[in-house]
Amino acid sequence: MTVPIGDYVGLASVLFFIGVAGVLLRRNPLIMLMSIELMFNAANLLFVAFSRVWAANAGHVFAFLVITVAAAEAAIGLAIVVTVFRAEKNVDVDEVRSLRG
Amino acid sequence: MTAFWVLSVILIASAIWTISARKPVYSVVALLLNFAALAATYLTLSAEFLAVMQIIVYSGAILVLFVFVIALLSSGVAPFAAGPNRLPKAITPAIFVVLAAFGFLYYALKSVTAASIGAAGQAVAPIGAVGTADVFGSVADFGRALFTVWLLPFEVTALILMVAVIGVVLLAGDRAPYVATPRRARQVEREMREAILRGGE
Repeated sequence: MTVPIGDYVGLASVLFFIGVAGVLLRRNPLIMLMSIELMFNAANLLFVAFSRVWAANAGHVFAFLVITVAAAEAAIGLAIVVTVFRAEKNVDVDEVRSLRG
Repeated sequence: MTAFWVLSVILIASAIWTISARKPVYSVVALLLNFAALAATYLTLSAEFLAVMQIIVYSGAILVLFVFVIALLSSGVAPFAAGPNRLPKAITPAIFVVLAAFGFLYYALKSVTAASIGAAGQAVAPIGAVGTADVFGSVADFGRALFTVWLLPFEVTALILMVAVIGVVLLAGDRAPYVATPRRARQVEREMREAILRGGE
């Protein structure tokens, strides 16, 4: 159990930026939502790792709240995807233009 | 130490698989692997309750929701055609993101390598029986923190979930008022016609 905290920060930032790359590069809204989940999880990993370093369980509570918010976000995002698909028969984020100003 | 490196290889590989898979179902499988590895990482960080929550909430609820939506959207039509490469359009933000990533990594590895998990001098709770209240990260420890110090955020969680439920029903429910599907349009037209007929009596 002597992993430096910097390694956890590095791992979490690699995971976070893989998620950012997924949101930027993919056109499928489902995979974009999954990339957002990857970013949530990277933040959670940092919360848990720093909570372990300082032996304070506030980080665990924060990670719990982040999991809750991620669940709500996934549900609403998927509902929006289903709604857009019903209206347009298409979920490609480059093709769906009805919400642009 | 070994566990950390094995788990981080699994985490990074499955994350890359998630964002690069051709079909969304493969992404879900990769994300399942990622969540399982992350739960194991939580266990190495002595966060037992969060590891179980990770499995139950993410793998049990969120991924199943993804699978349902994929099944719903893929039935009948083929909505996910391969399109043009997005990389030329996204190259400018991608460069900024990569620079920010390396800056963050540099700062992180430069500044906080001194603090080491479980190293000498850090106050880490001793290993004891699982579930005892004074063991760091156990269910009793987490529950006591959640229901005493952090009670208000826990209650706000209930509000967040209720807003999510109402929003989902409003957006994707059967009588969604803001979606002009043909069936809904016909139904509204029939209701209006009946209302006009009733008003004429």
